[in-house]
Amino acid sequence: MATLRILAQRFAFAALIVASFMLMLLGKADTLVVERLRTVVGDTVAPVLEVMSRPAATIAELVQSVRDIARIRAENVRLTEENRRLLDWQTVARRLDVENRSLRSQLRFVPDPGVSFFTARVIGDTGGAFVDSMLLNAGSRDGVRKGEAVMAGEAMVGRVAEVGLRFSRVLLLTDINSHLPVILQDSATKAILSGDNTDEPRLNYLPPNAVVAPGDRVVTSGDGGAFPPGLPVGVIASTQEGIVLVRPFVHRYELEYVTVVDYGLAGILAGDAVEDLGR
Amino acid sequence: MKGSPIQRVDQGLRHTLPFVITLLLVFMAATPTHLPGFTPIMPQLPLIGVYYWAIFRPDLLRPWTAFALGAISDIVAGTPLGVSSLTFLAVQGFCESQRRFFLGKSFLVAWWGFGLVCAGALAIEWVGGCLVMLRLLAPGGLLFQYLMTVMLYPLIGWAFIRVQLAILRHG
Repeated sequence: MATLRILAQRFAFAALIVASFMLMLLGKADTLVVERLRTVVGDTVAPVLEVMSRPAATIAELVQSVRDIARIRAENVRLTEENRRLLDWQTVARRLDVENRSLRSQLRFVPDPGVSFFTARVIGDTGGAFVDSMLLNAGSRDGVRKGEAVMAGEAMVGRVAEVGLRFSRVLLLTDINSHLPVILQDSATKAILSGDNTDEPRLNYLPPNAVVAPGDRVVTSGDGGAFPPGLPVGVIASTQEGIVLVRPFVHRYELEYVTVVDYGLAGILAGDAVEDLGR
Repeated sequence: MKGSPIQRVDQGLRHTLPFVITLLLVFMAATPTHLPGFTPIMPQLPLIGVYYWAIFRPDLLRPWTAFALGAISDIVAGTPLGVSSLTFLAVQGFCESQRRFFLGKSFLVAWWGFGLVCAGALAIEWVGGCLVMLRLLAPGGLLFQYLMTVMLYPLIGWAFIRVQLAILRHG
């Protein structure tokens, strides 16, 4: 009887090992079942994660406020200076705005579709050798849809890759599955920004004669129609040995709230294509 | 199982503790810390739970429990489905088969053992991840993740001992 039980236990263990490999295959095949499973479990644990992320945020705020006090004086000087400069720019911008509007009215310009957005809290932050993603406390019931852009302030953070009822997963620009069509703002050189799970994603498919220097601004190109052109992404960090690395404007550890933006563009691509982008 | 229904419910609840605690560790590992550079080296807390309970109360952390915890961890963390299931199962299987060696030994021995098991587990996870994604992943923060996890063992292991003595002694 005892040997029988041990045998049964060994068999159960082996079956579970096989099941693990089956799960891997199933996940690879990317079936609807896996997606349903992910969203159901995600929806179930989202409230728990949300509660747990609050004390962590409080502690982080305390640490931050101590650091802030030390920094505040220098910051004030810098901001006063910057404010003066920005006021100058504001004058310029106002003038350009008026000029732009009058030119548009002469050209019968078709404006971009309306933008709608809302703000969500980061309730999960997971990274490592495999993924770079975040969980948000907003899901399909709040109107989040797959493929929408996720921004922090003016800068791009990533895109929505998975949506449950009350949570969604953001695929960060640094994730190994993230490929974003971008353009160098100064030289108008197009490229693809590919994550590799490190802090600084790579710029691929640059034209052979491209001139790239550290400090160049990288923005979305709008190719593929998933995002509008011109969303700030980052700056060139280094260009050693033909490998161009980009430092994103957003540091993930600073993110407590992010903005999910619907540019009304997802409809340009067929549903599957948007989903592929999110993968 | 003997005793009144209330005692049985009480006993049953106590026996879910290893699972519940390890599940909490899964969630804790996904909590945003807002610390610069910390996320890639976030310690693999659930490994400590699987290791400890598989050695000291294997009756309360069965293979299917390890499998389920792994699947939940994969879904919460967004890692390829099945990779953590395999890792947790391997840890559970190894620990349960070697538990005689650890029983009655000092805390230091358990810590040393965890150092070995954790290295193996992270290696399995890495190979599994590479297999699923069909490419070589940069090990990146894995070494630091390993060190962080091993450094945290005494704290969490100590808490587990208190829990075991306080709540599971009569199991």
